[in-house]
Amino acid sequence: MSEQLFQKMAQSIIDGDSDAAVALARESIATGIHPLDAITKGFVMGVNTVGDAFGRGEAFLPELVMAGEAMKAAVATLDPELKRRGSERKILGKVVIATVEGDIHEIGKSLVATMFGASGFDVYDLGVDVAPDKIIGKAIEVNADIIAMSALLTTTMVKQKEVIEELEKEGLRGKFKVMVGGAPVTRDWVKAIGADGYSEDAIGAVTAAKQLVGVA
Amino acid sequence: MQPKLELLSKELTDRILDEAFQLMMNPGIKVQSAAARKLLAGAGAQADETTEVVKIPEKVVREAVRTVPKTFYLFDRQGNCKVTYGGNNVHFDPGSSGVHVLDPETLEHKTAHTPDLIRLVKVAEMIPQYDAQSTAVVCDEVPKSIGDLYRLYIVLMHSVKPIVTGAFGIKTLEAMIDMVALFAGSRAALAEKPQAVFDICPSPPLIWSKFGAENLIALARSGVPAEIVSMPLAGAAAPVTLVGSVTQHAAECLSGITIHQLAKPGSPIVWGGAPAIFDMRKGTTPMGAVETAMIDASYAQVGKSLELPTHCYLGGSDSKIVDAQAGLESGVGAIIGALAGVNMISGAGMLDFLACQSAEKLVVDAEAVAMAKRLLAGLEVRTETLATAFFEGINFKGDFLKQKVTRELFQTEQHLPSTIIDRDSIRGWQQSGSLDTFERAKIRTAQLLKEYQRPQIALDKEKELTSIVQHLAREAGLEKLPNLD
Repeated sequence: MSEQLFQKMAQSIIDGDSDAAVALARESIATGIHPLDAITKGFVMGVNTVGDAFGRGEAFLPELVMAGEAMKAAVATLDPELKRRGSERKILGKVVIATVEGDIHEIGKSLVATMFGASGFDVYDLGVDVAPDKIIGKAIEVNADIIAMSALLTTTMVKQKEVIEELEKEGLRGKFKVMVGGAPVTRDWVKAIGADGYSEDAIGAVTAAKQLVGVA
Repeated sequence: MQPKLELLSKELTDRILDEAFQLMMNPGIKVQSAAARKLLAGAGAQADETTEVVKIPEKVVREAVRTVPKTFYLFDRQGNCKVTYGGNNVHFDPGSSGVHVLDPETLEHKTAHTPDLIRLVKVAEMIPQYDAQSTAVVCDEVPKSIGDLYRLYIVLMHSVKPIVTGAFGIKTLEAMIDMVALFAGSRAALAEKPQAVFDICPSPPLIWSKFGAENLIALARSGVPAEIVSMPLAGAAAPVTLVGSVTQHAAECLSGITIHQLAKPGSPIVWGGAPAIFDMRKGTTPMGAVETAMIDASYAQVGKSLELPTHCYLGGSDSKIVDAQAGLESGVGAIIGALAGVNMISGAGMLDFLACQSAEKLVVDAEAVAMAKRLLAGLEVRTETLATAFFEGINFKGDFLKQKVTRELFQTEQHLPSTIIDRDSIRGWQQSGSLDTFERAKIRTAQLLKEYQRPQIALDKEKELTSIVQHLAREAGLEKLPNLD
């Protein structure tokens, strides 16, 4: 019975169908299925399927993003029930993510944020053109595990370095893992600025983030 | 709306036809077949038996053109319609009759043998961009006298797609028709649902050889589609002006159509060709020149003005390897042919003035074909509003990836290229080995060959086919057919 429901849940994510995902989440609450089971045995399976297919070149960005959105909708529906039962979803970690100051490129950053959320991270997306002190302030406020910064321009990627320097100056560098991303970011750059992780794409970013919080 | 390239005004098209009709009267057409001269004379043409020159009045030609079917179809072996000759339908097939193949490892131009042809047929069979097969190369190890039917045999044994082929002699033509008819059930069934079209070449300028003319007559009587491949060579075997060559092409095709329709009115025939300009430095015949493509596009327009099915030779290159020249000439040619609305565009895979075939290039050219086909599909309105509805809830954010409609429509709006086209990031490309197009093509070719499965052929048909070929091979002095495995 619940097996069937789990399969439908996974399928709703694969289909990127937020409405179906929300309906299935409600149905699982009504039938008394534990929300954690709904997430881990149902919805997450769908995210994994789409992520794997994307890695093989068989699924595409629209599928990936819509799967992420459907996942977000399902989790939002299940959250009140989780709280009611006094249990919590296992959060892989808290991520503060932003596109750096002076840079308004959003798509790549949002994609990574969506995939972080869909994979079980708590995501604080600060948007685009975000100043270093704002990023750091938020990270302190929510006690983040990871600070993730995107830059699409060679002229703005220096801001990634500035944030790390600022963290060092304030003695906070050891408190957060720092991930950077964006078209101009290379392995050499990551090394030069002393960041902890980077990836070529959103799926790889999830893998890298999992490694940084020690769950991979 | 299908985008279109037209190089001729209506006035110029009419002038080309007018001068083509003049050429058919003066100097007339040299027809080296007595049977064809007899047909023409019987219809009112003036034939000189000593000079073999026939003066064909416009009225006779116009009547012949009137009886040509405006549209006909080619079918695959299961009887599915795969090719529409007529209107502005556009199809592509590999170039044919090469004598060399490009060795992907040594880059040598090797004399083609049976395994080379099999390899080409397998790759073309696996690529959806090719709507038909061609008899791509002549195999050197079989006697020349059966070279035409032998290559058809190899294609029939490895493919179910329609075939663009051609005979080198009348006797072999009849055998080749029988070979294709075997799969249709009978010659009548083949005429009803043709699975092959046969190329026939006039000899420039303005000559129908004995074989060419008799080939026309035999094909007309069989009802199997014929495709005229007129080859004006601008500046050498045709006027140096492009429009002059187009006019010669028209006269050669019109006279061929007249012979063909007089033999049997209503038999399908194609207004086709393989013209080229003549390179004045090297004395070669560049198939990748833009002027060659311009002659093709123009004669196709003339053929369309007569409502005839069309063919041309584009998408090949004169380069010797699969390099940038090969890519740009083949791509430009494919696009021009497609925009000209040519029904069958032959030439993919070809290098070195159509002398050399390459399976790897076929794989690359398929991407040019895909781009040409995407271009032809044009811009379509697929949503109720063009853009306004998309902006609901967008609030100045780049969130279109999250829209359901993006997921629904992106694969119709965008052609997704194969691994031949690199769209990776620089790092992704480096991680995959920093491969250039040709290296990627080698990998994809190997993959396609691995995935290929020989079509199921009824054992009795396969036996009968092999026995026809075996019999003719023995007559030609070849005791045993080459091993196909």
